[in-house]
Amino acid sequence: MTTRQRTTVTVNGRVYEREVEPRLTLADFLRHELHLGGTHVGCEHGVCGACNVLIDGRASRSCLTLAVQVDGAQVTTIEGLRNRETGQLHPIQQAFIDEHGMQCGFCTPGFIMTTLEMLAENTNPSDEQIKDALGGNLCRCTGYETILKSVRLAARRLRESSAP
Amino acid sequence: MKAAPFDYHAPPTVDSAVALLQRFESEGIDAKVLAGGQSLMPMLNMRVARPQVLIDLGRIAALDYIRTENSMLAIGAMTSKRAAEDSALVRERQPLFHAATQLIGHRPIRNRGTVGGSFAHADPAAEYPAVALVQDIQMKAQGPHGVRVVPAREFFVTYMTTCLEAAEVLTEVRIPALPPGIGWSIQEFAKRDGDLALAGVVATLRVVKGVCEDVRIAAFGVNATAVRLAAAEAALQGRPPTPENFARAAAAGAEALEEPIADVHATPAYRRQLVRVYTGRCLAEASARAT
Repeated sequence: MTTRQRTTVTVNGRVYEREVEPRLTLADFLRHELHLGGTHVGCEHGVCGACNVLIDGRASRSCLTLAVQVDGAQVTTIEGLRNRETGQLHPIQQAFIDEHGMQCGFCTPGFIMTTLEMLAENTNPSDEQIKDALGGNLCRCTGYETILKSVRLAARRLRESSAP
Repeated sequence: MKAAPFDYHAPPTVDSAVALLQRFESEGIDAKVLAGGQSLMPMLNMRVARPQVLIDLGRIAALDYIRTENSMLAIGAMTSKRAAEDSALVRERQPLFHAATQLIGHRPIRNRGTVGGSFAHADPAAEYPAVALVQDIQMKAQGPHGVRVVPAREFFVTYMTTCLEAAEVLTEVRIPALPPGIGWSIQEFAKRDGDLALAGVVATLRVVKGVCEDVRIAAFGVNATAVRLAAAEAALQGRPPTPENFARAAAAGAEALEEPIADVHATPAYRRQLVRVYTGRCLAEASARAT
């Protein structure tokens, strides 16, 4: 049983091709095959959101997705956010620093990837919309208030930077 | 928390998926269909389920659609919940189904989870099966002996069990139009918004000449499948839409429930109480929406 299968995934713009066991999750594929440790593995059953990445632009639990399922897909992880040329952090990352949107930082990549999807669709979200979007991410340091502030700041900066 | 080993197939068509399922069934190999994986993957990771083979329907593009067929809305089984949530067709023509979709999981779950997956998984706490009972949603399935269409009341058999046979694949759900003037409501109680409900209620009704008609109520999260609350329906049928009548119907419905599920989150008595409270709230909201 368990024939290894080829999967070809574009992660942060770079194409990776690997032979993997079908049971390998996308989270473990990123961490152990590609050595991209920024995607954190929390609960491994879809509750905590720490492992959220973008699959074809949509925030998704990488612990509930198999590496073979994303054959041909575009995946974005936290490592893909920094500006490659300038080294500058993404405005969402910078806002989480400026507003202290983390304590231990374990949940942060998941919160940021969820925020990235939300702000890609709407840079002017209400607090209700932010809470609804982030409702599937857990922070055990209970830093929700500063996370909310971080997202508001990121949204404001993104609006200002895209203003004419 | 790692899945046990399995083989993986991603057939490009329903025909090839059925052929694979038929082959594995005849060889005595335990094959399981994978849709969006948002319920199955946790079960695999926790090794609650250990199939030998997964048949992933994710490559069958022909099962991803939302379209009208006469008065019905037909949704392909592999359509994501996110697509249903974003669809103007669903929002305008099927507001109850749309509201139910928004109650399912969180955004990342709806991005990957499929409409068909929820029906085939048949979790007793899922929203869609209760909506299906109230709205007479039909399930279209394809198997070795062809295509059949099954009404909701026959489709859901028991806890996480449907009438689908081992080599059958759910291909479409067919949602009849809501009758003109009907009021609807779906409400649930979960410990965190987006988590599986401890209990929830769906209701539709019309108000004709000052009395409630066509009252349909279903509860989910309380028994092995979603259940129609016939006693509550009968108690309100033909009576004016007043708070007293809603309370009487809600009490009758909760009273007549089979012994609810007990787990670490809630006792049977608590779930029965939730059904009573949410039936009352749903009836009030549905009657306010009825025109």
